[in-house]
Parts: sequence; structure tokens; C-alpha cells
Amino acid sequence: MSREKMIEAADLAKTFRLHNQGGIELPVFNGIELRVQGGECVVLFGPSGSGKSTLLRSIYGNYKPTAGSIKIRHEGKWIDIVTAPPQAILRVRKTTMGYVSQFLRVIPRVPTLDVVSEPLRAIGVEAEEAKDKARDLLTRLNVPEHLWHVAPATFSGGEQQRVNIARGFIFDYPILLLDEPTASLDEENQEAVLGLIFEARDRGAALVGIFHDPGVRKAIGSRHFEMPYSEVA
Amino acid sequence: MMDLGPPLLSVQGMTKFYGRLVGCRDVGFDLWPGEVLCVVGESGSGKTTLLNCLNGGLEPTSGSIKYETRHEGTVEITTLSEAKRRFLSRTDWGIVYQNPRDGLRMRVSAGANIGERLMAVGARHYGNIRSEAATWLRNIEIDEDRIDDPPSTFSGGMQQRLQIARNLVTKPRLVFMDEPTGGLDVSVQARLLDLLRGLVTELDIAAIIVTHDLAVARLLGHRLMVMQGGRVVESGLTDQVLDDPHHPHTQLLVSAILTP
Repeated sequence: MSREKMIEAADLAKTFRLHNQGGIELPVFNGIELRVQGGECVVLFGPSGSGKSTLLRSIYGNYKPTAGSIKIRHEGKWIDIVTAPPQAILRVRKTTMGYVSQFLRVIPRVPTLDVVSEPLRAIGVEAEEAKDKARDLLTRLNVPEHLWHVAPATFSGGEQQRVNIARGFIFDYPILLLDEPTASLDEENQEAVLGLIFEARDRGAALVGIFHDPGVRKAIGSRHFEMPYSEVA
Repeated sequence: MMDLGPPLLSVQGMTKFYGRLVGCRDVGFDLWPGEVLCVVGESGSGKTTLLNCLNGGLEPTSGSIKYETRHEGTVEITTLSEAKRRFLSRTDWGIVYQNPRDGLRMRVSAGANIGERLMAVGARHYGNIRSEAATWLRNIEIDEDRIDDPPSTFSGGMQQRLQIARNLVTKPRLVFMDEPTGGLDVSVQARLLDLLRGLVTELDIAAIIVTHDLAVARLLGHRLMVMQGGRVVESGLTDQVLDDPHHPHTQLLVSAILTP
């Protein structure tokens, strides 16, 4: 696969303004320049509070940056997530950019297999094919089979986390954003997740991630991106 | 940058006064086919007024509401004749009321409540209508044996599901919903939300859903509009508005949620 540039953030800044707490301003970062190409995994590096998650969420369109641009290569065209309309961001998320965190947003009554296969169903893949892929991933991530037909609301934290990871990897997104997917997993499951990440990288996906474990960071990162030291931190 | 095609509904400068009182003021947005827009705000913020102006139930004081019909191109809802508007709401639209009694005929059977809508768009074969009604009862998880019972014998949650079936059976392109889960037990709400989410995705229906429940908006809405004092104070991608709210009122609403 190509080694094209997939993400290009330029002069990016984010400040939170809390109107109901005296209008205080919390500058998180500014002047961020980040380029990521297919086949590399960039690890965001910096102390807690340096804005790693905020940067990742901004790339996904979940947070709105105060200034700058984040261009994403979507179906061969550049789209600036900062200025794109909601409909465009949703399309980018459908087929170009996935986001994997450690927290599953549980939807009442929806069984695990459906939770995991949903991103494939949303792009028109047949139910059985999507579920087959979901079964493969759940097996790899050691989610016991008797849980597949149950809604994950009552699962343990670790089980929910692995269900969410399965959901995040069910489609081969050209871009994957990883917010500590391996946090608090045991060694066996950590290995399973690392395996999925390596496969994504080797098929040419552009990856950006946050990993607190130094061993994981070393194993994964093709490159470290140091968060700029904020003047206020 | 990305071709979205023509919007299904295009609203501009829509304002509704009740005498000197403001219902809603200067509301504008576009809605595309298959898109779910949630409108949130406290009671009195104008969200129900907005919904009723859009679906022709109230006449706006000023502004324009353009709707892209299946066969006749774009029509202006605010100046459409009553007959044409009724035709649209039978064929192209669904309207789900907060109180199912407002949207159902309480004295005719559940099957007839569903079948009536099918007949309104031209279905005539009794057997087909009845089997379609039975299918929809299954869709909304109501026992088929209840097909001849009137909704007055149903629980509130069942009535609300029946109202949704009645509205979706003709596969409308746009559905208006006012607090569809209001007044229901939490467990019944979950069931209804799951049902709605599935149906809207499967049938690729556009919907405008008024709710005061931000969790409902997060689950169902692609986009979110926040209203205060009759105005839209913030709008955008649902998760962005909820996770990174910019307007003081949105920040207040989001920070006021109790998470169990």
C-alpha cells in the first residue's frame, strides 16, 4: 500500500473557555505541526495534561480547535476537519478514520456481536459477513463466546475495553487514532492488541496513539511526537 | 469539498411569535436525506414550537421552510395549501407526538392503526395490509395476538411503539418526533431508543427529534441544535457539541447532567 501523507495538522491551537466558571481560559497547546503518513505509528509523548488526548480528539473532530487546520486524506481528497461540516466529518469517520479508546459507550440492549459489527453494517456489509469478522476479533481478544449475544452493559471493565477494541479494528481504516487501547490489560490481551496494531501498520494505515506503558511505546512507535511544552503548564 | 446533494429540508429565518411572546426566532438550518437532527433545550426554549412550525402544525410569523418532494421538486411549506400539506404529511412525513394518544386512534384496533396509513398511500388488499401490520407489530416487539386490540388496552410504552410503527410503515422520508421517550420508564425508554435507532438507520429516514435528554440526543442524533429563549445558540456534530461545548448555555446543560 501507499506511503502517502494521510494527516497534516498545521499551526493547531486549542484553548478551552469555561463560561460558567468565571470565563477562565485553559490553553492546552498551540502551534502544533504534525504530519503522519501511511505505514507509520506516531506516538504522542508528553506529561499528563500536555494535551495528547485533546490533540487526538481534535483530529477525530470530537473537539474543535481554536485555530489551525487538520487535513485528512479522505478517498483521495484533502478535508480540513476543523472547518468541515458535520456531514463530511461523519463520512470521514465511516470509511477513513477510526478511533479506539479504552472506554466503551454502552448502548442498552444491543448485543456484543452487533456492537462490534456495527461499523461494517453502516457501510453496507452483509450482516453475516460483518458478524463473522466480529467473531474473529472477539476470539483474538479473548472475549468468551457466551458473552457475544449479551449486551456488554454488565461486562467487566476489561471485557468492555476489549469489545471496544474489536469494534475499532473491525474495519481496515486508512487512519487509526488510538487513545491508550492497551491500558490496564493483562499481558496476553496486551499482546493481542499489539498484534492488531502491527497488522494495521503493516497494511499501510497511518496510526497516531497515546501509550503510557514505556515497553508498549517502544514496541509500537515508529516515531515519537513530543507535545510542545505549554507556556502555562 | 464534498458533494452532499440537495437538502431535504431547508429552513431560513424562521420566527414564530405568540402575540408579543417569542416562540422561536430566526432559526435556520439544512437537513439532508437520512440525517437525524436532535433539538435540545430546557422547557420553554422553543423546541416544540420549532418542530410544529416545521411540520405545518403551526404557522410561522416569518421565514421560509423549503421541502424537496419526491415528485414535485421543491415546495415552500409556509405557503402550501392545506390539502397539499395534508397529502405530504400522509405520504412523505411521519409525526410522532410525545403523548401517543395524540398520534393514535385509540378506539380502533392496533392493526387498523397501522393499516390506515398504508391505505392512505394506496394499499387496498386486506390480506397484505393485515400481514404488513403483523410484521410491524413484531418489529416493535408487540405480540401479534394483540392485533385486534385497541391501543387503549396497551401500556404507555406499547402505545408509543405503536405510534412509531404507524408512522414508519409507509417509509416516510422525514419524521418529526417530540420527546418520543418522555414519560416512559427508563427500561422502556431503552427498548424504544434501540428500536428507533435501528429503524431510522435501516430505512434511511431523516428525522428531527426534540428532546430534553442529552443522552437520547447522543444516541440518536448525527447533529445537534441547542436552543435557548427561542434561538439556536449552538449547533454541530452531536459528539462535538456535547464533549466540547462552546456556548455558555450548552456548557451549563452539559455540566448539569447526572451520571449514575
